[in-house]
Amino acid sequence: MDLLANLGLGLSVALQPHNLMFAFLGCLLGTLIGVLPGIGPTATIAMLLPITMGLDPATSLIMLAGIYYGAQYGGSTTAILINLPGESSSAVTAIDGYQMARQGRAGVALATAALGSFFAGTVATFILVMFAPPLARAALNFGSAEYFSLMVLGLIMAVALAHGSILKATAMIVVGLLFGLVGADLYSGAPRFSFGIPELADEVNFVAVAVGVFGIAEILRNLENETDRDVMVKKVTNLWPTRADFRRMAAPVVRGTALGSILGVLPGGGAILASFASYSVEKKLSRTPQEFGHGAIEGVAGPESANNAGAQTSFIPMLTLGIPANPVMALMIGAMIIQGIVPGPNVVNQNPSLFWGLIASMWTGNLMLVLLNLPLIGLWVRLLTIPYYLLFPAIMAFAAIGIYSINSNAYDLYALALFGALGYTLVRFGCEPAPLLLGFILGPMLEEHLRRAMIISRGDPTVFVTRPISAALLAFSVIVLVIVLLPAVRRKREEVFVEEE
Amino acid sequence: MTFNRSDLGAGAIFIAIGLFFGVTTLAELDIGTARRMGPGYFPIALSGILILLGLVIAAKSVSHDDEALGPLPWRGLVVLLSVPVIFGVLIRPLGMAPVLALTTFVTAFASRRMSVKAALLLAVGLTLFCVVVFNIGLGLPLRLFGPLVEPWTRPVFGVR
Repeated sequence: MDLLANLGLGLSVALQPHNLMFAFLGCLLGTLIGVLPGIGPTATIAMLLPITMGLDPATSLIMLAGIYYGAQYGGSTTAILINLPGESSSAVTAIDGYQMARQGRAGVALATAALGSFFAGTVATFILVMFAPPLARAALNFGSAEYFSLMVLGLIMAVALAHGSILKATAMIVVGLLFGLVGADLYSGAPRFSFGIPELADEVNFVAVAVGVFGIAEILRNLENETDRDVMVKKVTNLWPTRADFRRMAAPVVRGTALGSILGVLPGGGAILASFASYSVEKKLSRTPQEFGHGAIEGVAGPESANNAGAQTSFIPMLTLGIPANPVMALMIGAMIIQGIVPGPNVVNQNPSLFWGLIASMWTGNLMLVLLNLPLIGLWVRLLTIPYYLLFPAIMAFAAIGIYSINSNAYDLYALALFGALGYTLVRFGCEPAPLLLGFILGPMLEEHLRRAMIISRGDPTVFVTRPISAALLAFSVIVLVIVLLPAVRRKREEVFVEEE
Repeated sequence: MTFNRSDLGAGAIFIAIGLFFGVTTLAELDIGTARRMGPGYFPIALSGILILLGLVIAAKSVSHDDEALGPLPWRGLVVLLSVPVIFGVLIRPLGMAPVLALTTFVTAFASRRMSVKAALLLAVGLTLFCVVVFNIGLGLPLRLFGPLVEPWTRPVFGVR
């Protein structure tokens, strides 16, 4: 029984006291930033990444993962209590969750979200255990042509799932790719875009890019109009759902988990898509669709399970292929590289304790989150009202210390300011920051595999379509592109993303 | 004639970035051939694509109506974009503690709601917190006091 042995190894790592402690710290921090306004998990993980460099690789990834799914929990809390999704994937939860809160059922909505997420997290962890190793084995046969095509598919999915204009999202990816190329050329060693300044000869620091386009840009957005948050529910009581509630939420939770597990694997933000898909499925299947939008418990249970399952399974492409499904996974890949681990299909063989420990920690982490969220909800409610002007100076201070401590290079801080300005301007002009970060992480890998494939094929570009797996991946990319550009889908896509905002 | 300022602006930025990378590549890097790609091959291809995308996005701005963009947070922009630079320039001569206090104090004024007293309290509190967490707790190798202030701090705090 490989499976049990692997799980056993994972649990033995995840249950080590210091790993438990850092998982707890990660969950706590994640919930905190999910609840607090104006800083998302991407920026937080980017800022804390330098600090985790001193920990051993497994512990550091366990903590970063904890922040990620902790933020999902915290994000639903704000969605339900103040109608402000702390996370884009909990935007759907706000629709019915907030209505439930207005009817005095905030406690039930929160408990539904937490229990649904826990169920989804448990199932998705098992899916990871079952599907990740075979996928990693299959990926071992991938050559450069396959990797190139896979990354093209990933980037096209990221475009398809980004909000707003497809053209702009594509351009953002190209911008990311270009900035990712700064630094020494892999084959010739020639410095690129360094202008003879030695401090610029290294690649652009990706923590600075991430904190700039996600952190600083977000703070500036929030400063556009400063408002106080209005918390309607001062005290949350009656946490436990009734027997009837349980009966109504059971099926949506299961369906949401299934949807989320499948869609989460898709590159480009599957968790968000999953929660939307789950909401519309529940509305279609419901015998009382008129209740949706007015506090239907199914509208909380389904999407919450879906986004948590999706968050979990988005680790699959990251752990097995080394390809990020979303900006947070891009940061995880960055964290691995900093720790000296080469992301890709070899992680499971070369670092089994890290691989299985991380997966097992997701389950312990989810359990901690239920315990952390339900009994302590009063504390989180109070934190909702912390004024923003006390928060962002702290964010800036942590960001500056974190970034400077990586290389003690002041140019990294100048890059932070530059990418903050660029990120804010582009976001203001209706561009999404996520594709930029994905492009930035994938840029060097994409170039490496393209050039290697072309060298091996002696300059014959048909290699990408004559190798079957590569051809299939590229064909799939074309199909996705065509579907997204179909007029009917385009209109529908616009509707969905308008609803979200 | 109306045109969408967001599209025009985004298009212009993309074109500018494309030109920047494209021109630099042409001036400094060997492009090579498809068979043996040089360090400039991928950048020049991407720059071309980006300029093209920028042109299309800018051209389409004519067919979209303009939308209001909302007020620009001028204070925030000036403060938040200069704070990392201040931090970067002063961290070596001053050390972490004075720089943190200074930058936090400055950052606080990005918000219109900040008072001088609150900003001072925040600066002191946050600096203490960061010193305890990062320096003592996590042991980050950052000097608390740099050479410029050390003559005064050494008698009180010792060498840190």
